[in-house]
Amino acid sequence: MSAMAAGAAATDPMLPAVARVVGRRRETADVWTLEVAPPDGWAGFAPGQFNMLYLPGLGEVPISMSGDPAAPGPIRHTVRAVGAVSAALAALRPGAAVGLRGPYGSAWPVAEAAGADVVVMAGGLGLAPLRPALYRLRAERARYGRVALLYGTRSPADILFRRELERWRRQLDLEIEVTVDRAAGDWRGSVGVVTRLLPRIAFEPVSSVALVCGPEVMMRFAADALLDAGVPEPRIHLSMERNMRCAIGQCGHCQFGADFVCKDGPVMSYDRLRARLKIREL
Amino acid sequence: MTSDRPAVLTLEGLQGLIEALAAEGYRVLGPTRRDGAIVYDAIAGLDDLPAGWGDEQDGGRYRLVERGDAALFGYAVGPHSWKRELHPPHLTLFRTRREADGFSVEAAADEPEPTAFLGVRACELAAIAVQDRTFLEGPQADPHYARRRAGSFLVAVNCGEPAGTCFCVSMETGPRARGGYDLALTELLDAAGHRFLLEVGSERGRALAERLDARPAEAADLAASRAVSERAAGRMGRRMETGGIKALLQENQEHARWDQVAERCLSCANCTMVCPTCFCTTVEDTSDLSGETAARVRRWDSCFTLDFSYIHGGTVRGSTKARYRQWMTHKLASWYDQFGVSGCVGCGRCIAWCPVGIDITEEVAAIRGEKNPESAG
Repeated sequence: MSAMAAGAAATDPMLPAVARVVGRRRETADVWTLEVAPPDGWAGFAPGQFNMLYLPGLGEVPISMSGDPAAPGPIRHTVRAVGAVSAALAALRPGAAVGLRGPYGSAWPVAEAAGADVVVMAGGLGLAPLRPALYRLRAERARYGRVALLYGTRSPADILFRRELERWRRQLDLEIEVTVDRAAGDWRGSVGVVTRLLPRIAFEPVSSVALVCGPEVMMRFAADALLDAGVPEPRIHLSMERNMRCAIGQCGHCQFGADFVCKDGPVMSYDRLRARLKIREL
Repeated sequence: MTSDRPAVLTLEGLQGLIEALAAEGYRVLGPTRRDGAIVYDAIAGLDDLPAGWGDEQDGGRYRLVERGDAALFGYAVGPHSWKRELHPPHLTLFRTRREADGFSVEAAADEPEPTAFLGVRACELAAIAVQDRTFLEGPQADPHYARRRAGSFLVAVNCGEPAGTCFCVSMETGPRARGGYDLALTELLDAAGHRFLLEVGSERGRALAERLDARPAEAADLAASRAVSERAAGRMGRRMETGGIKALLQENQEHARWDQVAERCLSCANCTMVCPTCFCTTVEDTSDLSGETAARVRRWDSCFTLDFSYIHGGTVRGSTKARYRQWMTHKLASWYDQFGVSGCVGCGRCIAWCPVGIDITEEVAAIRGEKNPESAG
């Protein structure tokens, strides 16, 4: 016991590294992408993982990486300014310091999807943690079958990464369908829930892999639509969200049934989640 | 005393044990009577122990009672558990200071004093073993817990007086300590005199025991010690049927009983505060008015608070039903998935310290469909 304890006492996993903001880009009215220089010892991340970003006196929040994991340079975090910490993070200017711990959590099964059609379904800010997977799918496009992104947002003004999505669509290497909840007369695209986009794309359901991220209610409907289309449960992956305080399975906040979303998730396959998703207030 | 053979300490010998621990550099904590309860605090000797006091416990009820004898450990367990020492209620993790180009982070000094715990019950040894799994055996150990744990010297005292709320026999954690201690005592109070059977459980326990004025135990002492535990085992105030309990709870998340218990539960979090295995924490930030320095403090949290499950857009577990279900299902079921053991050790604190007397054993029985838990006591 004492040898184990002494070894474990070396470092405190709750201590953040101080990292430097090197860039900031406005994505929508209330969403910003923060570029942070990798701190010492940063060994990269996998698509779907998140960091804990900290500001002194304010607090710490989990923020998904939204950049290309294979690209050198800054770590990109896309933040919606909704709370005290996220609003302060979104307001950081280049040169500012930010506390960073991570990366944490499970990853989208991007490599495992090789050979299959890939259906990516995003709702709102849920596109941010999916973008690293989209970068990798595009980078190794020949390894996959058909790749489609189905993306739903509140309004045309809330579309994230719009220019990038338009460029990708023009390059024709992935099918992109966007829908909004409501729009003014100048919107020529779809209006309605994201699940209604599914019948528009061609894919082989039984062998495809689906990556889904968005509000929990959107993910439930997305999973149901994918199941109805014939995608097997183990091939549907959702990224869960719960309150997190530690990201290392010790604060207890992120429990979803027996799983700690921080370390057993956030990305989990639907066969593991199905029963729990049907229970209210779990 | 020179071998692992059990020995016998007199009252003076027990005083010697406390002094020897202090001489070794340990801060010695033990049971003491304060504010109408047995709580753990610094002790210098036998005078600090709750001589002659026992406790009477039931759902929502805890009272000290005079035993009419001189027993020093004649109670079951009080509101404190050793969790307070190993996993402190408040702990500063680090401090930050504003710098010209941002801020710096400095780990808070954390050099806990080596501490001896006198009077650790078998259920509490089990609880410590449960928390070891949470804080030491995950991918990232908690260094604060690890330091405290490595510096703690555990003197178990076998329970001779289980309370009305006790069910360690059901949870297979007691009443007799079966390892995980440095030294274990059984208080013997019979015609042969007031004395303590002393058993060694570790190398450093042996080293300390060798310095004590003790006589070898005789067969009668050993028999008397066993009798104390057997008698205690037969007087459990509660019992819980644990067969298939993980599936029982995980498959009954929509059981009507959750609504029923939610009508009584105040969502006050007392059960989680007194529970020796509940480990949840939150982190808070404080800063001076100028924002020059800030500190990040970890403190106990509870799944019974509304904030606990808050994410943008609202609280996941808004109803008391959902919060009670989370607590009990975690404790008795998902704990097995997470840590390979039950999160309940049968100490009964959550029953006694619940202001409305909600009884976890009764709730389990109700979900099983039993009318009332069969009492063994």
